[in-house]
Amino acid sequence: MSVEDPRPAPPDSPALAGVPAEPGVPKPDPILVVEGVRRRFGGLVAVDVERLEVQRGLITALIGPNGAGKTTLFNLLTGFDSPDEGRWTFDGQPLGRTPAHRVARRGMVRTFQLTKALARMTVLDNMLLAAGDQRGERFLAALLPFLWRPQEEASRARAEELLSRFKLDHMRDEYAGTLSGGQRKLLEMARALMVEPAMIMLDEPMAGVNPALTQSLLGHITALRDEGRTVLFVEHDMDVVMEISDWVVCMASGQIIAEGPPATIGTNPAVIDAYLGRHHGERSAT
Amino acid sequence: MDLVAVLLDASRAALGVPAAAYALAAIGLNLHFGYTGLLNFGHIAFLLVGAYGTAITVDAGGPLWLGVAVGVLAAVVLGLVMGLPTLRLRADYLAIVTIALGEILRLLFRSRPMQPLTGGVRGMEGYADAFYAANPYTAGARYGVGALTFSGNTLWVMTVGWGLVVLATLLLLLLVRSPWGRVLRSIREDEDAARSLGKNVFGYKLQSLVLGGVLGALAGIVLALDRQYVNPDFYLVVFTFFFYTIVILGGPGTLAGPIVGSVLFWFIIQGTESLLRQAINQGYLGGLIDTTDLGAVRLILAGTALVLLMVFRPQGIFGNRRELLLDER
Repeated sequence: MSVEDPRPAPPDSPALAGVPAEPGVPKPDPILVVEGVRRRFGGLVAVDVERLEVQRGLITALIGPNGAGKTTLFNLLTGFDSPDEGRWTFDGQPLGRTPAHRVARRGMVRTFQLTKALARMTVLDNMLLAAGDQRGERFLAALLPFLWRPQEEASRARAEELLSRFKLDHMRDEYAGTLSGGQRKLLEMARALMVEPAMIMLDEPMAGVNPALTQSLLGHITALRDEGRTVLFVEHDMDVVMEISDWVVCMASGQIIAEGPPATIGTNPAVIDAYLGRHHGERSAT
Repeated sequence: MDLVAVLLDASRAALGVPAAAYALAAIGLNLHFGYTGLLNFGHIAFLLVGAYGTAITVDAGGPLWLGVAVGVLAAVVLGLVMGLPTLRLRADYLAIVTIALGEILRLLFRSRPMQPLTGGVRGMEGYADAFYAANPYTAGARYGVGALTFSGNTLWVMTVGWGLVVLATLLLLLLVRSPWGRVLRSIREDEDAARSLGKNVFGYKLQSLVLGGVLGALAGIVLALDRQYVNPDFYLVVFTFFFYTIVILGGPGTLAGPIVGSVLFWFIIQGTESLLRQAINQGYLGGLIDTTDLGAVRLILAGTALVLLMVFRPQGIFGNRRELLLDER
């Protein structure tokens, strides 16, 4: 963990220039606005977010120590869990209490910390599954192949394109279960793109990936932003966060405790406290 | 020992009505278990509502076609009753509810208050007359090759039964190769992944449960037409596990699996029974077992065959071993 010595980071994103680095700060063009979301597990308040705005078209990193509530917040926002209170809007429309599959259809797609490749389906089938609004997925239409074949061909072309972009095209007809851990991460990201999301939520995309593949994953994530998508990702590796994010949000004990551009977040006292314990600075100041 | 007679008995069972009906039921269960990953432990209940739907309707004066329609509709309702409260929950809840519902229905249908409607423990009969009146074969004649013959009536039920098996297999062929079937398989693999990609997992599970249940009901109707008599105690929980045996024997998630599984299941069951019966009658077993033990012993042998299959071919006859070896990380 290198919170104390942030590496030279890329210049702050011009879109967020002048936005003060404080928790819950409003952004000029937010795609996601979270208000007062709370989730309790018994006596534990896992998530207690007063306000969070995520700027459209940028990469926002969500950091924080283990148990900070990052994944729980992901689950809430993507409909995999429901909050005790609170609401949020996505692209200007309320999205609270929407089932997970509708959240995905609305354009917010997530990946999982423990990769969910569909092991006994081929890589290509994994991709084709993710295409949205398929006629052939309706029961009666499924019985009449001529109704869905043309659409299927179009999906296939798009899937092939994404597979070659993610360098998985040679694995097209293999079972996804035969892929390596890193390839599964790639497949999951490529598959999420088949949904054509406006916003993509990556839960620890680098976990368990070797350094060489990390670089290529980083390239893929910045490419998502460059093609106009919003990325929110949970990550523990500070080097990764510094390298690709435009904005960093830090959670601890369920709350947003700090926000800011990557260059300054590492020196934010609240972040240092959260990671290294309160009074850390006083004890080690020698 | 007359091995020819053993083979004849076994073949007659393997081609007969029970094999067809069990294949049909197993096709439905295969849709649940093999393709969607649903743990339905109450499949026999679909056979029960199919058979009783038909019998009660005809008994009340309705035509046979209406009876079949009522039986199928009852399976749709049963599928919804099983699925609506449980399919949003973890997989085990469906297992609990289905196994309980199967027993509840059986006990309800044999209970005294239901006797005016269902005949209670006495069961019902006389509903199949219209079916046999429509028999295109000569009822009393024997049809077949050599010594392997069936009566005209049996052949008529076999024609309908195997015809339904073919139709159901064609239906599933179209479905599982479509994007609809792809969604089912994704649910079997990981329903959260399917959900995260915009698939209404609950809706698909419900469709799968209802469609498989309808196939189960049709199997129940075929069996009831063959027996011309229904009794609640034909619908014990254990039969659900015979269907599982068939699905696993043939290879879950394969189209031909349930059919071949059923044929093989009946061949083994009837073949071992016939073999043992001869051995006992000729004193080869020295009084170790007698004919009253046959029912249990043939199940032991069928179970042993299944264990051997699991050891040497765990993916079933048609299953893909590579698929089985993939871990489910």
